Amino acid sequence: MKENKKRFLKGGLGQLTIPVIAVALLVIFNLIRDPGFFSISITHNNYGNAVLAGNLISIINGASELAILAIGMTLVTAATKGQDISVGAAAAIAGSVFVKVLKSASSISVGTVILAFLCAAVVAMLFGAFNGTLVAVFGIQPMIATLILYTCGRSIAYWINGGATPTVESPIISAIGSFAPGIPIPMPVIIVIVVTILFKLLFHFTSLEILTQSVGINQSAARLNGINTTFIKLLSFILLGVCVAVSGCIGVSRLGLINHETLLLDVEMDAILAVAIGGNSLGGGKFKISGSIIGAYVIQMLTITLYAMKVSSTDVKAYKAIVIVLLVVIGSPVVKQRFQKFMGNLKKGKSETKGVEGA
Amino acid sequence: MRRFSKVVALALVLVMALSLCACGAGGKKAGGKITVGVVNNPPSESGYREANVKDMESVFSEANGYELKAFYSIKNDEQLQAAQGFITEGVDYLLISAAETTGWDEVLKKAKEAGIKVYLFDRMIDVDQSLYEAAVVSDMAKEGETAVNWLLDQKLPEYNVIHIQGAMGSDAQIGRTGALDAQFAAGTMKKVVQQTATWDEAEAKKIVESVINSGEDFNVIYAENDGMAKGAVAALDEAGITHGVDGKVVVMGFDCNKWALRELLAKAWNYDGQCSPFQAQIISDLIKSGNAPSSKIIINEEKGFDATTLTQSDIDTYGLGE
Repeated sequence: MKENKKRFLKGGLGQLTIPVIAVALLVIFNLIRDPGFFSISITHNNYGNAVLAGNLISIINGASELAILAIGMTLVTAATKGQDISVGAAAAIAGSVFVKVLKSASSISVGTVILAFLCAAVVAMLFGAFNGTLVAVFGIQPMIATLILYTCGRSIAYWINGGATPTVESPIISAIGSFAPGIPIPMPVIIVIVVTILFKLLFHFTSLEILTQSVGINQSAARLNGINTTFIKLLSFILLGVCVAVSGCIGVSRLGLINHETLLLDVEMDAILAVAIGGNSLGGGKFKISGSIIGAYVIQMLTITLYAMKVSSTDVKAYKAIVIVLLVVIGSPVVKQRFQKFMGNLKKGKSETKGVEGA
Repeated sequence: MRRFSKVVALALVLVMALSLCACGAGGKKAGGKITVGVVNNPPSESGYREANVKDMESVFSEANGYELKAFYSIKNDEQLQAAQGFITEGVDYLLISAAETTGWDEVLKKAKEAGIKVYLFDRMIDVDQSLYEAAVVSDMAKEGETAVNWLLDQKLPEYNVIHIQGAMGSDAQIGRTGALDAQFAAGTMKKVVQQTATWDEAEAKKIVESVINSGEDFNVIYAENDGMAKGAVAALDEAGITHGVDGKVVVMGFDCNKWALRELLAKAWNYDGQCSPFQAQIISDLIKSGNAPSSKIIINEEKGFDATTLTQSDIDTYGLGE
């Protein structure tokens, strides 16, 4: 029993310590600042649906795209020891394809939306495969390889739909990006849950998780054990492509509009941060998807907190940077080791004093 | 490098001029038409430019008695060479929206020597005023003033404004912010929140959401472009707050995209302002009248549309994009 508890504290929470502490700190800070900060209310939106509202909903809803991207980013990080910095640009491409297909249809039905999403997903997976090939086959450092798409991605998105910001008006699209009739929870939140479950199932029924970890920990050992390391790396980028397509389509559906210059702008940095805050090593190897998802919510909670405090949004980035530096430093192996040593000394000291008392 | 390209350009011009003399084809008014050379930025630059280029094409059409030659580039060097080309070709008028404000002295002097009248549109150039007939430009500050004056005319009992700004430091942001800041300073309007969303629709939505969640009262949304206004309205819709004509919140946007004007027509928004991309008619009038304008710098009148008076034909004429 005691053993179990110990293991839970040391192993079970282990990696998740930092993100969970970060969430707790932000929650406490906000509750002190404004006790009603997390209160949830039910309102009727302008389409007559009863929906949940409040800061908590804004945080969970607003972080949806980031959470989904963080899942894919975690896989890429684990397998390739590097990050994909082109996810924002790739999402703009996927979103543009989504809009292009929807606009070419005579009327928008559930079928056309699914078709449009599938087209966006295929395109995003192809771009993912492009990045993956550069990394897995040609051995280019992931950040350098994805720098190409990062630079030209938004121009490609421009070619798809042209200069103006095309809009798509449809109740189905607004249901995906906002609230569906009869469901008080924002649809993007539900999509995050579905995507997470799908990934959990994928890990449960395949050995992808363990294979990815072994490639990340020691590539040559993995290869000697008969693992196709190239394929695993490539697959991680393609799976990230799927995540990119989902986030891009959510982003477009929120407003029914694609602005290729601003859709999910700078999201790549937040996605990488979410992975880091989640306690995952940016040097690859072992990973926890749940950590990254919590990391995404931490980032969004931080943003909403700063907005609620009326911090100018130009300054938000600076404040975010300060908090993130603290989190990353606290989570670094050096600090962890020192902390463990310190705790060890404390324990030793205790048992020694006990010994003296006993005598 | 610059000097080198200038030398090359000069040499090219000389060669072209010589060949022109050799041919003896001085063909000024080709078939009685007025030839106009337009040096502009490419239509792909923005919705604004797309409309600007279309406007030039429709006003300087054959039906109106013009022969239009156009060149598009965002590179100043290429624009300079094209202008040189138009001069040697012997156009009657040269219309320029320059990529950069500098480097145009030589070319404009040549144009003057050749007796070609130069009009600047949309963008100013750093040259002596004697080198051009007139410059038809926008006054970004006036655009903000037009919008704020419209807002004051609404005679709301109180003004609690959410102000969503564009990318800080851009011309459009400075112009659109200035007039409203003056009202905040004078105390005629109350600033509920002033945040930049850097033209990002999703960020605008988050800003408005956080104000709604804080429970603070507001009745005006002043977004510095259409996209951010759309983001703000999405937040209002989710919170069940009415907007537009007869709604609780007055919604104001800028740019006059066609889809935004349709929101106005549906009375979901109240106002859309525009940095007018339509300078062609003013220049055409000047050309046809033959008189020199009273002032070298002509400020283009900025449009602002009110949801209660907007018509479908306004959308067709002035709307940007599709």
